[in-house]
Amino acid sequence: MNNHEPLIHIAKRDGMVWWRAWLVRLAAAIAALLVCALFIYGLTKLNPVKVYAAMWQGAFGSARRSWITVRDATILLCIGVGLAPAFMMRFWNVGAEGQVLMGGCATAAVLIYAGRALSTPMLLLIGGAASIAAGVLWGVIPAIFKARWNTNETLFTLMMNYIAIQITCFLVAKWENPKGSNSVGIINQQTQAGWFPAIFGQQYMMNVIIVLALTVGMYLYLKYTKHGYEISVVGESENTARYAGISVKRVIIRTMALSGAVCGLSGFVAVAGASHTISTSTAGGRGFTAIIVAWMAKFNTFVMILIAFLLVFLEKGAIQIASQFKLNDYASEVVTGIILFFLLGSEFFIQYTVHFRSHGHKKEVQA
Amino acid sequence: MTQLISLLTSAIVFGTVILYGSLGEILTEKSGNLNLGVPGIMYLGGIAGLAAAFFYEMHAAEPVGAVGLVLSFLAAILASMLGGLIYAFLTITLRANQNVTGLTLTIFGAGLANLFGGSLNALAGGVGQISVAVTSRAYRAYIPALAGLGLPGQLLFSFGFMAYLAIVIALIANWFLNRSRVGLNLRAVGEDPATADAAGINVTRYKYLATCVGAGISGLGGLYYAMDYIKGTWSTDGTIEALGWLAVALVIFATWKPARAIWSAYLFGVLYWAYNYIAGLSRASIELFKMLPYVVTIIVLVAVSMRRSREAQPPKSLGLSYFREER
Amino acid sequence: MAEEFAVRMVDITKTFGQVKANHKVYLELKKGEILSLLGENGSGKTTLMNMLSGIYFPDEGQIYIDGREVTIASPHDAYKLGIGMVHQHFKLVDVLTAAENIELGLPGGAVVDRKAVGRKVREICDRYGFSVDPDKKVYDMSVSEKQTLEIVKTLYRGANILILDEPTAVLTPQETEKLFAVMRNMRNDGKSIIIITHKLNEVLAISDRVTVLRKGEYIGDMDTAKADARALTDMMVGRTVTLNIQRDEPVQPQRRLEIRNLTVKDAEGVVRLDDVNLDVYAGEILGIAGISGCGQKELLEAIAGLQPTVSGSSVKYRPTGPDGPAEELVGQDPRSIAEKGVRLAFVPEDRLGMGLVASMTLVGNMMLKEYRSGKSPLVDRKHPHDMAQQIVQELEVVTPSIDTPVRKLSGGNVQKVLVGREIAMTPSVLMTAYAVRGLDINTSYTIYNLLNEQKRRGVAVIYVGEDLDVLLQLCDRIAVLCGGRLNGVLDGRTATKEEVGYHMTALQNDRKEAGA
Repeated sequence: MNNHEPLIHIAKRDGMVWWRAWLVRLAAAIAALLVCALFIYGLTKLNPVKVYAAMWQGAFGSARRSWITVRDATILLCIGVGLAPAFMMRFWNVGAEGQVLMGGCATAAVLIYAGRALSTPMLLLIGGAASIAAGVLWGVIPAIFKARWNTNETLFTLMMNYIAIQITCFLVAKWENPKGSNSVGIINQQTQAGWFPAIFGQQYMMNVIIVLALTVGMYLYLKYTKHGYEISVVGESENTARYAGISVKRVIIRTMALSGAVCGLSGFVAVAGASHTISTSTAGGRGFTAIIVAWMAKFNTFVMILIAFLLVFLEKGAIQIASQFKLNDYASEVVTGIILFFLLGSEFFIQYTVHFRSHGHKKEVQA
Repeated sequence: MTQLISLLTSAIVFGTVILYGSLGEILTEKSGNLNLGVPGIMYLGGIAGLAAAFFYEMHAAEPVGAVGLVLSFLAAILASMLGGLIYAFLTITLRANQNVTGLTLTIFGAGLANLFGGSLNALAGGVGQISVAVTSRAYRAYIPALAGLGLPGQLLFSFGFMAYLAIVIALIANWFLNRSRVGLNLRAVGEDPATADAAGINVTRYKYLATCVGAGISGLGGLYYAMDYIKGTWSTDGTIEALGWLAVALVIFATWKPARAIWSAYLFGVLYWAYNYIAGLSRASIELFKMLPYVVTIIVLVAVSMRRSREAQPPKSLGLSYFREER
Repeated sequence: MAEEFAVRMVDITKTFGQVKANHKVYLELKKGEILSLLGENGSGKTTLMNMLSGIYFPDEGQIYIDGREVTIASPHDAYKLGIGMVHQHFKLVDVLTAAENIELGLPGGAVVDRKAVGRKVREICDRYGFSVDPDKKVYDMSVSEKQTLEIVKTLYRGANILILDEPTAVLTPQETEKLFAVMRNMRNDGKSIIIITHKLNEVLAISDRVTVLRKGEYIGDMDTAKADARALTDMMVGRTVTLNIQRDEPVQPQRRLEIRNLTVKDAEGVVRLDDVNLDVYAGEILGIAGISGCGQKELLEAIAGLQPTVSGSSVKYRPTGPDGPAEELVGQDPRSIAEKGVRLAFVPEDRLGMGLVASMTLVGNMMLKEYRSGKSPLVDRKHPHDMAQQIVQELEVVTPSIDTPVRKLSGGNVQKVLVGREIAMTPSVLMTAYAVRGLDINTSYTIYNLLNEQKRRGVAVIYVGEDLDVLLQLCDRIAVLCGGRLNGVLDGRTATKEEVGYHMTALQNDRKEAGA
């Protein structure tokens, strides 16, 4: 039954001052941590404050742990940065997982086949280029079909993930070392050929430099370049884009090429800069998590740093408590899920206002 | 011949898992909600069923299979419907983005299920792997007399009851969507919520119900996997997630038609297991074989969009949230 | 029958923001009659009917159905009172069949009895002379079939009072005849019908009585038998109001656009613009008059390179007069038109959906057309920034800052930003569509002054408008479109309101050639 004056009236806000919006998000995060604390208490009967302290230990308890946290956060961040242009264009690239894996496979191929022949700088250069090419390929295929036939990009990119996963499995079986282990093992373990060199004595410094450069670069690209401007116009209204003489198809394909390229490069960083091996866990679901990172940061790559670190911190912390209290690592996914649910829900209170009306008709309002 | 039969039986078992997942998702998507949380929901269904059976078998002096079966069945449906409810509340009431919410639900469901699946025994003070042999046996029970009728008997009657239940649910869903009044209204909600609203249909209620009931059905896929496919144990190898995405693919492949999903699910099963029956395949090429279901799904997706066939399109409002603007 | 009136609406007032869409409107519909609701665009006809069908709720006034005062708060309420409305935009689900659309949302058994529905549909069809195939999918239907389905749907749901919102706008003459035939059948069966229209010939052909609205107010009603076209036009357009809009004589007008055989078909293959031949002169304001949806949008968009045209169409741009070089605009997109140096400014009807990017700031919107200039891969923000400041200052745009998203601005200020940007590109052709729609008086005059200024600067200005008073006092010539055809070009200084009105409603058959 429709009333012309419902009891609850929901209206879109004109916009909220940034600090109030962040207060809402902070409140949501705190509420989420409380729920997580209850959950942890329910499982372990331990003081949640101690548990959170243990989480901090897990993520930043030692220099090595801190660096692992940084390493993992940079890869997640890198994928999020890759997704930013696609999302700004309102193109649902849920295919980052596949694009990362393809980039990783391309890198691994270069390291394996040219590892003896070329110097590390050359390997990195070629590996990086190969990973970009692979990522572009994986990103552009759905884009072409979207631009030409309006094929649903969410479903298309989703399916491309699993093709990439199977290709990765195929390559792992092909390259497995030692035979029968069903894993590639550490590539070039003796020579370390094609590995990121340590900078200032830090093994993962180069990851940080590359990803920060990409983060800043993408921010500048989206905000200050003509391409970035075109992306935001297409994302807002294809009609306006046509009016302004922007070729919508070209922008879609070009932007997805870029998105795929950065995601592919994330695979390069993950293989040459972190794990030095290839398997399906090179992406390990981070392609999906990054979607959430990019979405919640509203295409702002600097906000992505914050969110990426928050998520990886939770993950590391949860792994720590899991091992301390004989749970398994998956506790981290539960905690992550709860926090994300709260943050997603909190956006409603930033976007909309809710008024309750005291008067109105006597009829009951719809559910 | 025996090889073929054995391929087909394993294809049917495999297909049944994803058939549940995709039937639930078809129902959900018909209301315009694209729930990418299917794998998470299947996880929830699987672990809830397993946990219920586990605690029953642990506490009962002499566990009865049928009781474990009923308990775990109800627990699985309840847990997966709760998962659907989280998704529905966030996307329908709080208007959160469907894709992101669905993916989060997958992360959450997988985490919760594997957390408990991996440590239920430890939590209960036991050691080693969780196992619910009695209940699982009840799930896998079939009528020996029928299954013994030679090859056809083996092909048609050698499965636990859930393999048949999936077909029944598919046929009911098919009837529901195409013949029943509520199903008709539901399709209108997914196609064009504004028109449905104008016709007096409560869009919000339909979306909630379709999403929650759909989740309940999807969750049965996880239950079947845990109880039948891996015989009442748990493994944290991520298979349910892979199967869950395959269920999403199956929705597209079946072009949102439940009856079509039946044979499509078995076809996916055949494609998935075919490598076992082709001589001389290396382990590497086996992996390539496993990508076939996804490749054919993309081909269907592309063909449908190129042909612009009106009957095979996704529901028109899929992925969009609806709310009536106050004037 | 005790009660003579099926519907009485008394003193109905409805306000949207600042705009009074209906002011103390009065309407009565007798049982078993066809009533025409006549008025120009924006006269409040559809708003009034939407209140009868439960889509809007009136601010003031009473509605009586069968003599009983009622509250209609929702379409569902209206349906329970036997009121059914067929909207201009059909409310049908494409992938469902006719029968399924009819049954949608209705109470009943668990299973839709398709046979019973089909039987009942055929009954209704036989009774009134419709033809509807219950098993046909809506996506396979023509526009006229969909409309028939909508009418059958309301009858099926028990409507005794039918409202048809401009039903003939989408129909061919033959289909219109068929529709009128079934309308007469329905009337003879005791149904009461309101048809919203602005076509005088249809009013005279179909209705028993006519009620006229103008600018949201009730003007009067009369029996059609006693009415003629002239009297109705006078009621519809009213007396000429003097607006004191400045109008200079064009200085050395030169032909700048030559539009020849311009024909546009929409995606469904329906002709929207039919063989239009028209010249546009530099230094004058050319008005385009017409009922909405008669090809105005297609005309402007075809010139701007946003509409595919049928082969043989041509729009020649002559920057230096009729003897100078010419540039063919047909077959080009907006970008290539701009790159050829054609300074074509366009203020589209859909300001926030086409002319501007709603979520971008004023500065961001200033760049929309010129961001490409220069070789640098970076956008230049300095110039748009200055431009935004200048426009805010000169046009007195009310905005917190130039970094405010334009969607937060009021309608008038949005339009100032859009027009300001288009004028800032120093155009040689300036096209505006409904440039003052929804604006207050002061802003409207600002816009008129800006257009006049452009005219003095030698710009060829095209002004698509709906208010005839403005068209007659602003424009040098007025081209009238009717059903996608050019139905005459009138001199803005000598033409009368009635004359323009006749051309708009297709009463005038002798077509004047282009040129004043």
